[in-house]
Amino acid sequence: MDATEIGLWGVPLAILGGAIRVSTPFIFVSLGEAITERSGRINLGLEGTLVFGAMTAYAVAVMTDSPWLGLLAAAAAGLCFGLFHGWICKFPKVNDIAIGIALMLFGSGLAFFFGKPFIKPKAPNLPAIPFGAWSDIPQVQAALDVNVLFLIGAALSLVLWWAFRNTRAGLIVRVVGDSSDAARAMGLNPNTVRLVATGVGGALAGIGGAYLSLYYPGSWTERISSGQGLMAVALVIFARWNPLGCFAAALLFGGAGALGPALQSVGVTQGYYLFYAAPYILTLIIMIATSSPTRSLAGAPGELSITK
Amino acid sequence: MTDTTSSAEAPAVFGARGYPAALEWIARRAEAFVIPLAALVVGMVLFSLFIALVGKSPVQLYETMWRGGFGSWFSIQNSLSRGAPLLLAALCVALPARLGLVVIGGEGAIVLGGVAAAAIGVALGGAPSSIVILAMGVAGMAAGGIWIGAVGALRHYRAVNETISSLLMAYIAIALMNQLVEGPLRDPASLNKPSTQPLADIYRIGNIPGMEVHWGLAVGVVACVLCWVLIEKTRWGFAARIAGGNVRAAQLQGLAVGPLIVGFTALAGGFAGLAGMLEVAAVQGSANGSLAAGYGYTGILVAFLARHNPLAIIPVAILLGGIDASGGLIQRRMDLPDATVLVLQGMLFIVILFSETLYGRFKAFNLDLWQRAA
Repeated sequence: MDATEIGLWGVPLAILGGAIRVSTPFIFVSLGEAITERSGRINLGLEGTLVFGAMTAYAVAVMTDSPWLGLLAAAAAGLCFGLFHGWICKFPKVNDIAIGIALMLFGSGLAFFFGKPFIKPKAPNLPAIPFGAWSDIPQVQAALDVNVLFLIGAALSLVLWWAFRNTRAGLIVRVVGDSSDAARAMGLNPNTVRLVATGVGGALAGIGGAYLSLYYPGSWTERISSGQGLMAVALVIFARWNPLGCFAAALLFGGAGALGPALQSVGVTQGYYLFYAAPYILTLIIMIATSSPTRSLAGAPGELSITK
Repeated sequence: MTDTTSSAEAPAVFGARGYPAALEWIARRAEAFVIPLAALVVGMVLFSLFIALVGKSPVQLYETMWRGGFGSWFSIQNSLSRGAPLLLAALCVALPARLGLVVIGGEGAIVLGGVAAAAIGVALGGAPSSIVILAMGVAGMAAGGIWIGAVGALRHYRAVNETISSLLMAYIAIALMNQLVEGPLRDPASLNKPSTQPLADIYRIGNIPGMEVHWGLAVGVVACVLCWVLIEKTRWGFAARIAGGNVRAAQLQGLAVGPLIVGFTALAGGFAGLAGMLEVAAVQGSANGSLAAGYGYTGILVAFLARHNPLAIIPVAILLGGIDASGGLIQRRMDLPDATVLVLQGMLFIVILFSETLYGRFKAFNLDLWQRAA
């Protein structure tokens, strides 16, 4: 079938497909960051974790020929980065935001350092499920080729949303995030809870990185991340620390990110770079619209330095 | 240090704790020198462990780094050239930091400053060179100042987190530059690397006499000294330090915190924009993608290593310029990836931030602890 035959209908279709493809790393990073922030710390280093996770996943997948082992390795590497952040931030006067910036630099540096030999070889990809097989229009098929990680991410956001409300672990994380003193009065150690929460957050960010290098764009380069790890932090604020909100916001961001390529595919090339900046502009507008100088954000964890 | 608590017969040369005032002064200053230097050494030791783990010789690495960065007049000049933009980029982090803001999007101000300067330089073609260079500097500072000043305004008037917004603005700035350089400002002759039209030679900034280092270094050093005077010796700097300590207290004192924040962030962005202008006028000769070379991000590291003290930025920027300059030599001589330098920077950054927890803990520097022990 001729590629131009569906004409302008290709734009919303490409945006839908792009939203599903592009949003997956956002989903994992923002869910990870939501867990960390709910416990009262902010980890800006997830950007570095994402890049290092992408490299680890790709390298392990090349060496073992298994994308799933790569995914596991990325999660483990992310866990280490998260635990390191959680550990170092327990010391007094150590600023969690600044440590995050340092880990961003360190994680990317380490990934480029070890990733050099893996720029050339080809790794096996994570599998996708062709939900579009019923249609014989190639664009529909392409748009509905959904990676398993997207489905796992969707399920995970539902589970986390439920767990924060209904489980003991969810309650513990929320208490620690809202008031260290209340947590101590309950006999909880806030530093331990935050250590675990930051570790889990790092592991999820590592999985997000694995998706980047093992599915879309599906190769390891030093430019693999375009700030997804940082935008996810803004996205969590926009989502009001609600896992379901994170999922919806990630889809929105994915769609915004797919706007430029989608328009280009139907021949709109004017302002390509500005469309490319659409997710950043959207994030900024949302942050301006949802912040207020007079009241604190609804649903914000009380111990979070970013909302104080 | 004036004496307020001890009895009247105590001579004025003694501080509040009964130790000679000079000793207290030295102890406080010594802490500010010894802890960062020790952290630097610890970071370098950790890095040598890392290098040893990947099977290379740390001794050879540091020797190569010294040779590439500071071993000869040639390499020193190279380090100074690379340190020059870092001076201004670090000010973009250090000035807001004194107000308690973490601004990490200096890269955006550098890029836009460069584009604005290049556009003005081309538009004013034909005018006397001193006027054009001045106008380019003003344009660069204005573009950067508006960009980061907006971050400060959003922070104060809309409570938008400045760390994230500045970084988003940096991505937007780079997209804006690409759009301008590919579109309306593009020189049709630049085929492989889209650029603005090249500046005429008379509008280029040359080298400091006797050196292979452009005037940007002198501009950066002067800017650092001026910022130190601003923060330490003027009432605006004093007000900024109060607001950085406690915004509420500053507001209760009747300080205009809003204009203070917008002013400091705009000035900070102005310096980053000036770095972009210098990069165009002294190095590139036109605005293009090379403006986003990462100076803004290295500047964050410089500012934190200098603990946001503008005078300390000068040696730290030159040190990091030297580490940066030695990257190529390390890559060639030791067969290590170019990211080696990034790993070292990341390690130093983490160790320096960790060392924040050590202030006031050491007996040698803290006279309160002397007293308690006695």
